[in-house]
Amino acid sequence: MAGQTLSENILSAKSGSDAHAGDVVVCTVDHALGTDGSTPMAIDYFHAMGGTRVAHPSRLVFALDHYAPAPNRAIAQLHQRIRDFAAGQGIELWDVGEGIGHQLMIESGRAVPGGLVVGADSHAVTYGALNCFATGIGSSDLAAIMLCGRIWLRVPESIQVRLSGCLPDGVYPKDLALALARELGAGGASYQALEFCGPGLDSLDVEDRLVLANFAVEMGAKNAIFPGAVQPDADAVYVRRVDIDLDSLTSLVALPHQVDRVTALADAAGIPVHMAYLGTCTGGRVRDFHQALAVLKSGGGPAPGVQLVVTPASRTVLETLARDGSLADFVSMGAVVVTPGCGSCCGTCGAIPGDGVNVISTANRNFKGRMGNSSAAIYLASPASCAAAAVRGII
Amino acid sequence: MMPIEGRARRFGDDINTDYIITSRRKRESLDPQYLRRYLFEELDPAFAATALAGDVIVAGANFGCGSAMEVAVTAVIGAGIPAVLARSFSRTYYRNAVNNGLLPVICDTARISDGDRLLIEPAAVRNLTTGEILAAEPLSGIMLDIITAGGIVAYLCEHGDFPNR
Repeated sequence: MAGQTLSENILSAKSGSDAHAGDVVVCTVDHALGTDGSTPMAIDYFHAMGGTRVAHPSRLVFALDHYAPAPNRAIAQLHQRIRDFAAGQGIELWDVGEGIGHQLMIESGRAVPGGLVVGADSHAVTYGALNCFATGIGSSDLAAIMLCGRIWLRVPESIQVRLSGCLPDGVYPKDLALALARELGAGGASYQALEFCGPGLDSLDVEDRLVLANFAVEMGAKNAIFPGAVQPDADAVYVRRVDIDLDSLTSLVALPHQVDRVTALADAAGIPVHMAYLGTCTGGRVRDFHQALAVLKSGGGPAPGVQLVVTPASRTVLETLARDGSLADFVSMGAVVVTPGCGSCCGTCGAIPGDGVNVISTANRNFKGRMGNSSAAIYLASPASCAAAAVRGII
Repeated sequence: MMPIEGRARRFGDDINTDYIITSRRKRESLDPQYLRRYLFEELDPAFAATALAGDVIVAGANFGCGSAMEVAVTAVIGAGIPAVLARSFSRTYYRNAVNNGLLPVICDTARISDGDRLLIEPAAVRNLTTGEILAAEPLSGIMLDIITAGGIVAYLCEHGDFPNR
């Protein structure tokens, strides 16, 4: 039998079997996240399954992040329902204002290396940066985990992404993520794992890797995974190998309304920008804000007519920005600061763009209507590129 | 699994879950009978009013990409649609479909036109309008067991847990 990829290795351990691509295995879950977007339905499924007590409350956590704070009465009632269920079952709850569940999974240490960590939200793939098998699931899967602590998974084939070199000055992990989206396409990694390797990894720390893992689902990937304590076997089998020379990358942008409509930032020059959005589970961490702020300060702040929106990924990120003075800088240049959470990334709360508005965003999705208005257009770029566009009022 | 006969409703590639049902509507209600009224409203505002129970969605590649939100499956079921045919699915949509008893069929959909009558069998799709027979990837193992039970709720009510291995 051939050796195992990183994903096969972890899923073998979690299923107690010799797992290879294409097998469907039943695995024990180490940690599972539910959000206010997915948990209410999961509670309904759990009760419909005949569930009364969850099997392993300490392995579960709920985050109220998609509608933070609650924008209407119906959502406020959903939040209350999640709080009541969590309290009754002894499940940890990250309440409104604590941040995006994915960021908190990482900050809290629940994203354990070598573990199987899932989230009822597609961007749960983010935790793969920490050498765990991490994937997005649905509400019904979360309910099954509540009931019996397990999940069925098809073992994915893996694409080996081999990185060499080092990102040039002014080019960021987001540009690398966009380059991968251009290379693979929006469905190019469907059902498959992206397994990163190569000497280029040395120049990418955990915060950089989170951006890449987060973006994997935009190529359809089941998960993305970086080596660490768990390593792939030398004779592991991959379906494809993609080589990327980091030195050759330039600043990129994804044009509306598809994440793989990627072009050089320079080719989009001159497009007017009305809103710059800094935040999300892709680009809402301390380093992202520092990079954006440096560009904004040197350029004298956003141009007239540009709304600058700042949504820290977590309260910890917000506290750090408050302590080091960055928050005051953002506020003094007119930024709208929104409660830590998903913000307007999915158009459910926060600052919604108007008709005809062009948004440049550090997020991961630019589908039509994504930010709550199908007559707005969303461009995706690195924090520094978003800030530069805000300063000039054009890309 | 019984064969399913229905009328094709045609969509293209990369239909994301926000296009199937917008997050905005999800903020108003999670009830499939409410959400079905807004199915595909961004792409085809007339779809919901003209969808008939028994219709089958036929799409290109990467159907259901984007958010993992399960209402993108339950709203389709709410409209009485029993199956979705696509050249490929996003994996979260695929597993949510299996878990809710919506049959996901992977086949070459390129020559199916809007309005064609289809007969869906476990390993083939017969286009009754054109006479063409398309090979389909049959479900197997636990996925077949779950969909045969009618979804993961019925499956776990019956079995209480997943099998070992």
